Amino acid sequence: MFAVEKKILSWHVILACVALFIGTLFGPLQALEHMGINLYPALQAVGLQSYYQGLTLHGVLNALVWTTFFITGFLMYVMVKTLDFPLTKPALNWAGFYLMVVGLVMAAIPLLLNQASILYTMYPPLQAPWYYYLGLTLFVVGSWVSGWGMLATFLAWRKQNPGKTTPFMALAGMITMVLWQICTLGIAAEILGLILPWTFGLYGMDSQLARTLFWFTGHPLVYFWLLPAYVSWYGMMPKQSGGKLFSEPLARFSFWLFLILSTPLGFHHQFLDPGVPAVWKFLHAALTYAVFFPSMLTAFNVIASMENGGRARGGKGLFGWLLTLPWTDPSWATQALAMMIFALGGVGGLINASYNINLVVHNTAWVPGHLHLTVGSGVTLTFMGILYWLIPHLTGKSLWSKKLALWQAWLWFAGMLIFSRGMHWIGLLGAPRRTMLGVALGNYGSADWRVPTLMVGIGGLILYTSALMFFVEIVMSAFYSKESATVEMPVAEPLHAEPIPAWLNNWQPWLIATVVLIVVAYGPMLIQLISQAQFTSPGFKVW
Amino acid sequence: MIHIHKYEKWWIGLTILMLVVFAMLVGVSAFSKGFQVPEPWMRVDPNTVKESGPFADANLGLHELAPGKYEAYLLAQAQPWRYYPSELTIPVGSTVTFYVTSVDVQHGFRIQDTNINLQVLPGQVSKATYTFVKAGEFPYICGEYCGVGHQGMFGKITVK
Ligand code: HEM
Ligand SMILES: [Cu+2]
Ligand SMILES: [Cu+2]
Repeated sequence: MFAVEKKILSWHVILACVALFIGTLFGPLQALEHMGINLYPALQAVGLQSYYQGLTLHGVLNALVWTTFFITGFLMYVMVKTLDFPLTKPALNWAGFYLMVVGLVMAAIPLLLNQASILYTMYPPLQAPWYYYLGLTLFVVGSWVSGWGMLATFLAWRKQNPGKTTPFMALAGMITMVLWQICTLGIAAEILGLILPWTFGLYGMDSQLARTLFWFTGHPLVYFWLLPAYVSWYGMMPKQSGGKLFSEPLARFSFWLFLILSTPLGFHHQFLDPGVPAVWKFLHAALTYAVFFPSMLTAFNVIASMENGGRARGGKGLFGWLLTLPWTDPSWATQALAMMIFALGGVGGLINASYNINLVVHNTAWVPGHLHLTVGSGVTLTFMGILYWLIPHLTGKSLWSKKLALWQAWLWFAGMLIFSRGMHWIGLLGAPRRTMLGVALGNYGSADWRVPTLMVGIGGLILYTSALMFFVEIVMSAFYSKESATVEMPVAEPLHAEPIPAWLNNWQPWLIATVVLIVVAYGPMLIQLISQAQFTSPGFKVW
Repeated sequence: MIHIHKYEKWWIGLTILMLVVFAMLVGVSAFSKGFQVPEPWMRVDPNTVKESGPFADANLGLHELAPGKYEAYLLAQAQPWRYYPSELTIPVGSTVTFYVTSVDVQHGFRIQDTNINLQVLPGQVSKATYTFVKAGEFPYICGEYCGVGHQGMFGKITVK
């Protein structure tokens, strides 16, 4: 069953892991630089020109390529499995995949040649060659095409099953892909409307407008990363815990809320921008608090489901259920640790979002400290945990070493707590992000940077050790594991077999709400920024 | 309607309460205590900003408006990575309004140990006011990646 889908998924997973492998190479280099050990001069011999070239590769490969390949493959597979309905147009999914590969190669060439060291945010008027932007565009369009392949399948399933409620994970996966389609319109407009014509010299650049379009996509991007992890936490983890999903209707409700609330709050990345009036920033701050609501629903529901599993396995008392959970199952344990780190990231996120408190942390090392808790652990570690059942599922062979996988997860957890604590701390001491802090220390730093930067260095090395263990584990499991095993995709049942009300299954009201909220939160400001745009800046290559 | 567990109802109530309190705290501090974020002030042409207007060479740096009240015009530039001017000296207790813009790429302007933290864009003027009540040296640093020399982009305010 699902041989084609498995093949498509496998290729997505392979490319995702290759991207993560290359992307994480730069992590320890950056962490060591912060600690005062600068290895970059030696790396010029192998063609790495600067810290910032490496940081661009780190950001693009980890945050964009690893995540997007994994997500498009994973959500497609989860959907066909839970619908029990094969892809109706697998050619679309293949086409999407190939487009992503072509785009990636186009973007990789200038990255490797140090012609596009503009970091993953690519803020103009920093200017890379036109084919870098075109490559990124093809990459995103490829993920759209894969999404259309999913949509075609979903619609065909609905036609054959009129009136039937969509299974939770299929619905959640579709919502995530639809969110992605809607929110990437911002970056599509930025690249096609502003950047490409500008690289051809047709007109100058208005950086305020470009930033605004970028963050239209940039915030929902984090939900595009996170929601697939939530699919696993809600839809699979309860089963892996030995229990059931505590409240399936509220799980669906959360996903709908994420769809409508993820996009209209991008100004929370632009609180300090000069060209956006304070009221709009405040509106987006308030909407950011609103998106905290479904996050809290998720926290309750996911933990209650685990408790349900722990008790079903014989756990007693207020906390006894924690001990009976499957801590020796690498897939479960890895994701449970990911959740714990993510919870810390959530608290930091509230601080970042808090309008004027943001002044203290904006563009400091606090921010990468935060994002390694979220995308760097909540998401990445969850995807690793998923791979710990998914690879055996695909190959029919058991994991190469359960022990290695468990050690990997715990080391990531420990390394991240140290690394991230250090980053948050120097951030509060005023160290900027995206900066060679080892050098900056001599310029404007102070002696109290030393302990936290040491934590960054040590934590970073532990993290990288863990990353290497992960790669050994998956390569060995995929190619050298001998013991055969039948591993099924975990699918959790709802605790209460209650009918799902129509409002939690119908797209229309939620899509309307999504569009209305975007128009209200962005419309007037976008019209103003576009009508008052001044296309004055030429491009700069300053690296 | 859907079935919601009693504890979950409490949790939802608590969440809503928290969010309302947070939003009110931020709102009150912003709109009645004046802890505000930057707002649009003025547009310039980054290609000519050095030649005329408030950021012309002769006008850069500090201007005393009244005793203890200053305004400061600063330009941020990559290659070489620096601010013009890169040093300012003011007496303790001075209130300074900073106006900063860029002649090339995006930069930042953050005064260490203060709440002044600005995104600096070409074509836009960023503005913030601060009262320096303590003597000492306050570096101002670039917080936005602006090219290979970014880590060396800073200046210094001496308060004495
Ligand atoms: C192997 C372990 C890792 C280490 C030691 C590490 C280290 C670092 C350090 C020190 C920075 C800050 C650089 C600076 O601001 O100057 C950074 C930035 C970043 N990292 Fe990692 N990282 C690791 C893994 C990851 C993973 C798994 C992800 C995401 C999936 C990730 C995503 C990012 C992003 C998005 C940035 C910000 C890039 C930017 O500011 O343009 N990192 N990393
Ligand atoms: Cu955001
Ligand atoms: Cu800079």
